[in-house]
Amino acid sequence: MCEGLSRNCNISIILFRPFQWFYFKVQFPVTVRRSDNTSESSTLGYNYRRHLSERFIEALLFLMAFVSVAITLAIVVMLVTESLSFFEHVSLWEFLTDTQWTPLFDNAHYGILPLVSGTVVSSAVALLVAIPMGTITAIYLSEFAPFTVREVAKPFLELLGGVPTVVYGYFALLFVTPLLQKIFPELPGFSLLSAGLVMGIMIIPYVSSMAEDAMRAVPMHLREGSYAMGATRFQTAVRVVMPGAFSGIAAAYILGISRAVGETMVVAIAAGMQPNLTWNPMEPAATITAYIVQVSLGDLPHGSIGYQTIFAAGLTLLLITLVFNIIGHLLRKRFREVY
Amino acid sequence: MSDVRNLREIRAIIARHKLGDLIFLVTGLLVLMIAVLTFIALFSHMLIDGLPRLSWDFFTSFPSRRPGSAGILSAWVGTTLVMIVTAAAAVPLGVGAGIYLEEYASKNILTEIIEINVTNLAGVPSIIYGLLALSLFVHQLGFGQSILSAGLALALLILPIVIVATREAIRAIPVTIREGAYALGATKWQTVSDHLLPYSAAGILTGIIIGLARAIGETAPVITIGALTFIAFLPPSPFKEEFPYISFEWLMAPFTVMPIQMFNWVSRPEEAFQVNAAAAGLVLVIMTLTMNALAIYLRYRMRKNLKW
Repeated sequence: MCEGLSRNCNISIILFRPFQWFYFKVQFPVTVRRSDNTSESSTLGYNYRRHLSERFIEALLFLMAFVSVAITLAIVVMLVTESLSFFEHVSLWEFLTDTQWTPLFDNAHYGILPLVSGTVVSSAVALLVAIPMGTITAIYLSEFAPFTVREVAKPFLELLGGVPTVVYGYFALLFVTPLLQKIFPELPGFSLLSAGLVMGIMIIPYVSSMAEDAMRAVPMHLREGSYAMGATRFQTAVRVVMPGAFSGIAAAYILGISRAVGETMVVAIAAGMQPNLTWNPMEPAATITAYIVQVSLGDLPHGSIGYQTIFAAGLTLLLITLVFNIIGHLLRKRFREVY
Repeated sequence: MSDVRNLREIRAIIARHKLGDLIFLVTGLLVLMIAVLTFIALFSHMLIDGLPRLSWDFFTSFPSRRPGSAGILSAWVGTTLVMIVTAAAAVPLGVGAGIYLEEYASKNILTEIIEINVTNLAGVPSIIYGLLALSLFVHQLGFGQSILSAGLALALLILPIVIVATREAIRAIPVTIREGAYALGATKWQTVSDHLLPYSAAGILTGIIIGLARAIGETAPVITIGALTFIAFLPPSPFKEEFPYISFEWLMAPFTVMPIQMFNWVSRPEEAFQVNAAAAGLVLVIMTLTMNALAIYLRYRMRKNLKW
């Protein structure tokens, strides 16, 4: 087996030693069989044991796969129970309509709106950057770029997506904000605008790579048909390939939205931590995620109302991403093209 | 006469369309350049600020109130230990789950639920995993604000990445290999462990490396657990003088990690600390980029070498 894979084999030996050790244990009955080959009953016993260990392994693997379901259940149960004890103190109505979020002050207000507005504004700025640029990049890479450009650009974009978000936060605060302040002198040191811009750049690789995959999955003969009708590359890309890949492109946008909404470090560093009900990107404001970070940096006692607020905020965040995921699912179902 | 005019019109249309193509070609390149330039700006900004701070002392000093003598010793040790826990939890679970879904699972509702779940988990914001870990690991299971809690939280976070990579790598193996093994009397697990896993090892490894690179850079869930930002001591050593020689006390130790150390320095107003942040960021970026590049290279080699 090693000829075709030469170097990969070394890796596999290192990586899967545990599995092979396990396999030796499992295979143990083989020696029994060799020593007592003629006896019918021992063969049966061997088969039985072999069957048993196979079933055991299957059950074990199933449990491993089931962990993912358990995680989801745990997330939902945990967020809901912790939030329920929060809503014993604060009415849902107050949570949704109060315009102030000051849970750690003496005069506590528990209105999620300021955090939601911060999240919405920063995500909107990010998406205004990421969706057009991601789409253009995807069209360019899938329909226009020569082979060599694509071979270089794709790994590069992937690397860009691998940079830790805290580094992007540093970049937003110490590079982009001073740059923007040269254009808008009244821009404060923390702003949703610079956090959103950097977040947008950060999301481009996610959007573009997923959209590009979707476009490349559109079969060649559709493009050829379009070219045969005299359409240019651009016309083909926009009128044939994009509609054909719509469900995948929608999924890419939805992924971008969930990333933007759930992004934490960039906004926590560059947009400030002060809850602020505003729709103006030039102002500083905390997002839901930034609030959770702010509380976690302090030392709130387990079970206090302040501690419970972060779970209520987390539940809100999860529900927002869930709504977008459901929309994405419906879009995919509605516009799925099968080739 | 009218033919000639017609031809001219057609040529004009073609020229216009070609111009449209050209404009888009330039736009595409420009947008791509913006992404590249951003990256270069980011990296060079950090390089200029941080490089003078990078010295042997920076790696061997604890954080300090004086920015000039602060270092990242506790941060990189913490990151390494957390990654060990993460890998130890995420690799077996993720690979096992991937094998199950690809080789064992029959088409039924339960399988579908698991599959949808894995996709959805990949879209859950990372800070939610932090909240889960805070409630479940830190308080209910009593692991405290420890390396173990952080490692497990990050393991849950990268689990979908490992599962998807395993599935893709195993799916790429042609069915003839499996049939050959079964024809020789191998059981399912023998087929998996002797053939499918070794052949897909490079692909799985790529996924693991990408997952771990993601985990190294993740800040939000670790902050949520309550990792301290100022740690001037190391966790207990995993090796001991006397018998069993290995101790697991470090699992329960308080810790800090690289991104948190960087976050702490970034959020300080003094400029000198921001220079430290640049240096820590540089180390962090080099670490994640090396891992990602390694993964990309592995995948590239694999594509080139693999011919069934």
